[in-house]
Amino acid sequence: MSTFDTFRSAFGALRSHRLRSALTMLGILIGIAAVILTVGLGQGAQAQVQSEISKLGSNLLVVTPGSTTSSTGIRGGRGTSSTLTNGDAAALATASVAPDIRAVAATSTSMQSVTAGTTNWTTTVVGTTPSWAQVRARDLSAGRFVTQDDVNQARPVAVLGSETVTELFNGRSPVGQSVSINGSSFTVVGVLQAIGSTSTTANEDDQVIVPQTTFATRVAANSTRAAVSTIYIEATSQATLTAAYQEAKALLLTRHGVTSTTADFTLSSQQSLLQTATATDRTLTILLGGVAGISLLVGALGIANMMLVSVAERVREIGLRKALGATPAAVRQQFLVEASSLGVSGGVLGLLLAGAGAAVLPHFLAQPVRISPAAAAAAVGVSLLIGVVAGVYPAGRAARLAPIDALRND
Amino acid sequence: MTGPVLSLRDVRKTYVMGDLSVDALAGVSMDVHEGEYVAVMGPSGSGKSTLMHILGCLDVPTSGTYELAGTDVSRMTETELAEIRNRRIGFVFQGFNLLPSLNAWRNVELPLLYAGVPRDERRQRAARALDRVGLADRLDHRPGELSGGQQQRVAVARALVTDPSLILADEPTGNLDSRSTADVLGLFEELSGAGRTIMLITHEEDVAAAAQRTVRIRDGLVDQAGGAA
Ligand SMILES: Nc1ncnc2c1ncn2[C@@H]1O[C@H](COP(=O)(O)OP(=O)(O)OP(=O)(O)O)[C@@H](O)[C@H]1O
Ligand SMILES: [Mg+2]
Repeated sequence: MSTFDTFRSAFGALRSHRLRSALTMLGILIGIAAVILTVGLGQGAQAQVQSEISKLGSNLLVVTPGSTTSSTGIRGGRGTSSTLTNGDAAALATASVAPDIRAVAATSTSMQSVTAGTTNWTTTVVGTTPSWAQVRARDLSAGRFVTQDDVNQARPVAVLGSETVTELFNGRSPVGQSVSINGSSFTVVGVLQAIGSTSTTANEDDQVIVPQTTFATRVAANSTRAAVSTIYIEATSQATLTAAYQEAKALLLTRHGVTSTTADFTLSSQQSLLQTATATDRTLTILLGGVAGISLLVGALGIANMMLVSVAERVREIGLRKALGATPAAVRQQFLVEASSLGVSGGVLGLLLAGAGAAVLPHFLAQPVRISPAAAAAAVGVSLLIGVVAGVYPAGRAARLAPIDALRND
Repeated sequence: MTGPVLSLRDVRKTYVMGDLSVDALAGVSMDVHEGEYVAVMGPSGSGKSTLMHILGCLDVPTSGTYELAGTDVSRMTETELAEIRNRRIGFVFQGFNLLPSLNAWRNVELPLLYAGVPRDERRQRAARALDRVGLADRLDHRPGELSGGQQQRVAVARALVTDPSLILADEPTGNLDSRSTADVLGLFEELSGAGRTIMLITHEEDVAAAAQRTVRIRDGLVDQAGGAA
């Protein structure tokens, strides 16, 4: 029996029980659509977090004070008393000590009320060095960034984030204007280009950058004068990221006179930030995907059930076909094709439904849904597999029927 | 000189239902030679259909041997048997056994489908076979849209479509009027003339008279007295 004839015969049989076939297919359709959508939601969320974290800069390592080793819990937590210093940053930036580190930017931050004329806005003020723009991969949309000279002279200059500009200057150009922070007057010398606000990290478009030295003398309270809240490190390349990590870690351990178990700082890479940020997303995706997978399993049972009923109903037909020369293999093949056709058509329709869902859902969830071609192909493949697996037992039963028993059944 | 094409030796078929066991065939021995036209007669329940099922490799004897063209059928695999049924045997079943969802020519083409004949040729040959039984104008009718006699003739057409060397027909004229009966018997006569082996089961003496010889069966045994006729 040719492949074409096998398919024609299978579709003929499915068509003769339209409603039953459609309902069985619906089981697979719902299961496949549910799986694709949950996976798509998970991947969408992951991609979102990923793009946000990559906005921090490239080949980035982040040092924060305090340790989060599992045995002791958090030691010397953030914001209490910082263990990082500008000296640490300077040492890290020394090429002879850490050859795989390209640039280092130490930052000190403080929430401050910033005033321009009569307008008041509370935002994060960051004291740092010129390398910050390089390390964090930020460009300017107007003016210039903080220079080494500004740092050396402790000049009262400031670079504003784009949203900060909107809040304080309401669209007017701020370069050359002055703002007041903690009672001191600063001249705005530049505006950072917007990178889009982020939800997982601080708002990168709403901040004020000032020279580190100016920050210590005019912005921060005396107690935290030299305190550094974060040191950003840029490795020379993606390939040297691990080497840079080791160098930074060794250097800081030596400088602080601690071992890795008593470390008073945390060194993390973009990769580890990403992992932490996506871990919960992934758990949720797996959980939901599991539930969706169960509905797919129920759909598979539906196919198996329908095929068993179909074999029982068609004992006479099977017997006759065998009497006329159908081999057991041909009979088995026919039922397998029927079952897998149900599976695949359910899978393809489920994929279409998921596609429609992916187009509509983001309007309600504010959450991107990403259906990759691989996931789509896998869905169709899985539905085919489900059809075949669900059809194996019923098809085997049909193939084993003795022609005479099948014929006599009346 | 070749041996018999069908050879039964002490064939028994026993059906067991709980405590009760029925000997549908109680030790049948018979030979049929190639090209013979044999009628099988006997009262209802005597085992005629059971005999045909065994001869057609649809059922296996409880004991005894059946050799088809010199080969012991019990040694063959399911797949080999399917092939023999497909290529060498044409069946007309007592209950027609047409598939209700398929129209006349689709029913008739079934054996060709499993023989791997291409679609165009299948339709051609099915149409020719239906023409031979006088149903050229009923190709696209489903069994439900045909009379009992017409259905029986579709069943005959299906048995002829592969041009098999052995035709096993269980009451092929049971539902036909005398004219159609004569037509079908004329067909068998023609096939017999072309060297085909035919076994025809019937209740009617005048149908049996068309055959070269008649085997009479009673209570699962070949009736020796009648068999001589
Ligand atoms: N599957 C079965 N189970 C039990 N007994 C059976 C079965 N098939 C046939 N028999 C019995 O075997 C005997 C022979 O049956 P068979 O169908 O061969 O008769 P037949 O000669 O063809 O009769 P008819 O002329 O009415 O068609 C009957 O007594 C019948 O009851
Ligand atoms: Mg009978």
